[in-house]
Amino acid sequence: MIRPTSPEEVQEAVRQTSALLRPRGGGSKSALSTPTAGETTLDLSTLSGVLEYRPEELTFTARAGTPLAEVKAMLAENGQWLPFDPPFGGRGATLGGALAAGLSGPGRYRFGGARDFVLGVQWVSGAGKLLRGGGRVVKNASGFDFPKMMVGSLGRLGVITEVTFKVFPLAEQFGTMELEYDSLNKALAAMTELSRSPLDISALELQLSATLRVRLGGQSPALAGRLRRLGELLGGGEAITGEREAALWQQLREFSWLPASHSLLKVPLTPARIPALEARLAQGGGQRRYSVGGNLAWVGWPGEVAEIDAILRALELSGLRVLGPPGSPWVGVPPTGAAFARRVKRTLDPQGKFPQL
Amino acid sequence: MITQGFLTELAGIFPAERLLSERAQLITYESDALTTYSALPRAVVLPESQAEVIETVRLCHRDSVPFVARGSGTSLSGGSLPNEAGIVIALNRLNRIVRLDAEQRLAVVEAGAPNLAVSEAASPHGLYYAPDPSSEPVCTVGGNVAFNAGGAHCLKNGMTSNHVLGIKAVLPDGEVVDLGGESLEGVGPDWVGLFVGSEGLFGIALEITLRLLPQPEAYRTVLAAYNSMATAGEAVAAVVASGLLPGAIEIMDNLTIQAVEQSLDAGYPTDAAALLIVELEGEANQVQADFIALEKIIGTSAAYSVRSAQDEAERALIWKGRKGAFAALGSISQAYIVQDGVVPRSQLGAALAEIDEMSARYRLRVANVFHAGDGNLHPNVLFDGSQEGMLERAEALAGEITQMCVRRGGVITGEHGVGMEKREYMPDMFAEADMEMMRRLSREIDPRGIANAGKMFPGERVPGV
Repeated sequence: MIRPTSPEEVQEAVRQTSALLRPRGGGSKSALSTPTAGETTLDLSTLSGVLEYRPEELTFTARAGTPLAEVKAMLAENGQWLPFDPPFGGRGATLGGALAAGLSGPGRYRFGGARDFVLGVQWVSGAGKLLRGGGRVVKNASGFDFPKMMVGSLGRLGVITEVTFKVFPLAEQFGTMELEYDSLNKALAAMTELSRSPLDISALELQLSATLRVRLGGQSPALAGRLRRLGELLGGGEAITGEREAALWQQLREFSWLPASHSLLKVPLTPARIPALEARLAQGGGQRRYSVGGNLAWVGWPGEVAEIDAILRALELSGLRVLGPPGSPWVGVPPTGAAFARRVKRTLDPQGKFPQL
Repeated sequence: MITQGFLTELAGIFPAERLLSERAQLITYESDALTTYSALPRAVVLPESQAEVIETVRLCHRDSVPFVARGSGTSLSGGSLPNEAGIVIALNRLNRIVRLDAEQRLAVVEAGAPNLAVSEAASPHGLYYAPDPSSEPVCTVGGNVAFNAGGAHCLKNGMTSNHVLGIKAVLPDGEVVDLGGESLEGVGPDWVGLFVGSEGLFGIALEITLRLLPQPEAYRTVLAAYNSMATAGEAVAAVVASGLLPGAIEIMDNLTIQAVEQSLDAGYPTDAAALLIVELEGEANQVQADFIALEKIIGTSAAYSVRSAQDEAERALIWKGRKGAFAALGSISQAYIVQDGVVPRSQLGAALAEIDEMSARYRLRVANVFHAGDGNLHPNVLFDGSQEGMLERAEALAGEITQMCVRRGGVITGEHGVGMEKREYMPDMFAEADMEMMRRLSREIDPRGIANAGKMFPGERVPGV
């Protein structure tokens, strides 16, 4: 294991390694951070710390190994947050790890994902060069958008050493309506209707079977009325507020609902494809949480990876293994863009210092 | 290079009325909205199908013929400037809205579809496409994707890149790739994110999957007049610090107000040194609560006159003035160059003061109209192109403004792209190693250097310019 404490030491490690390098942040995502045979771990938890934070700019810059929890606390002191709501902060996840894994939490629904809030990156290429992409201001169209490319790259295009993010003001108050449905179809219909409504919804999730959770955030004086209106639209439901509400979403962010023996997979999809996936998964056991208004399935899988891989292939879905035994991160059909990916990989990592995409 | 054989094969793909090669026909395409640059292409083709675009690109690759994809030619950075040794692929006729899926809130459109046509198609379903560049009635989605276009409502909703889910593109060597998909989420590197804003260097987007948003239920649009730019800037800082997240925060200076009032009659106070527009949007009761908070902030700012739009017509009038501001400058100046640098918000006041100082030093007027909430400046350097040496002076001033933005911790372009116009300033922002990586990636994807060649990178030769 190599533990660099500066970007220069990351460069050194990349230049000198003869083994494949697997960057690791907090190690919160076991399926992604555990090295496989022939790989050396590049532990970035020692490359940590906020470099610049100016609340009035709604931006901050930090080393890649900075824990999410530290950033969250820093932002909260100024009434701000990372609206893409990255998961696993409680397990020690880092900024760089969240970006490289491309994981966003429940708040992704309203304001966008990691891709929509990353403004700049510094990274070390496969040739050991220290490079920058993007900028430190909230709007930028200068040069290729390398920061977005790093989202989901799993450290296989380069080692992220520093990140700049945009942040937003945190809502004064949140409230959640929770409603149980006796059938998947009814719950899905309600979710689709809400996602087309003009209600300013912060998070929209369906936990099987079949609890719909709708989160609203904003100015305190308006919130009670907005929750009432939401309840009328849904035709019922329990309004949850205060500490219980915050704890509920914290649990979802940390995947407390997932049994320890289960693997966790991220499966992007569209709401229309949920019934077909459900038809297959309902037989195999496991747990599902449909996040981001049904654009993302979090699948807790008790069985072998090969089984879920076959199911996703049959449905032409791609997935990412997040928690579970080491091995290939990909399940299901390969992600789109393979021809483009080959060209970029050849350019950024010509000597193959990092695992293949 | 273009040979008789190449032209004959083009004529095999396109009927005569869609293959232009007469000088009189080509002149329409010699410039985009940055008219200080012009170059006459050898031919212009007007494809009506994706297959025709793909065939053309393959032919160009085979014969190493440079091509420039063009939408409506509204680029302010010279992004669709032709290449004298090459052809223009004009995409306005490739403009179908292929699919609109209201349940999943997405639209699949071809590259030449106008930006506003997407919102118009989505409107009956209570949905809209959020990015709103001022040229939205004519500019195309393909062009928006190539240059990561912005607009007045980026503060809350982001730029083009934040609204593109999937892209089917033909790479410069003729290979067709699908990037992204229909979901808001993905696995693997965000290739869509990398493709958007690549300024045509990675090839041509043929079909684009866009995310649609529910139309806001309510708007509150506030217009506040200030005696100085500095006090308007302080009001912006106060709004941002308050925790409100308006849809848009815009400022224009007196010169711009004068120009707008001369040609558009938007009802702006012509005596204001700075006019601030703040717009809230969203769920009705939330907007109302935000509006009460906003009124307090603006009320305690140095504004000497404040009014808010009482109905949709008044709101539309406020925006008509703002979105028509660039065009209106034509009424007070023979020509102008618009800059697009971004500075950290806290630097807005100082940056504008420095622009004033430069304006005096160069003896050229600068009209400022900008996205204050994003720190995205649009200084318009006014000049008279018929006067000897004045264009060069204007360009030098514009360049100095761009460099100043970088010096203050910002970037050279917020939403117009680098194109031809700002390519010499890329090294102000990026180190040589960063530039080299971008060049290498560009070469890997376009080994013959034919796709929008000469844009973005300094020193590249563009025949005929």
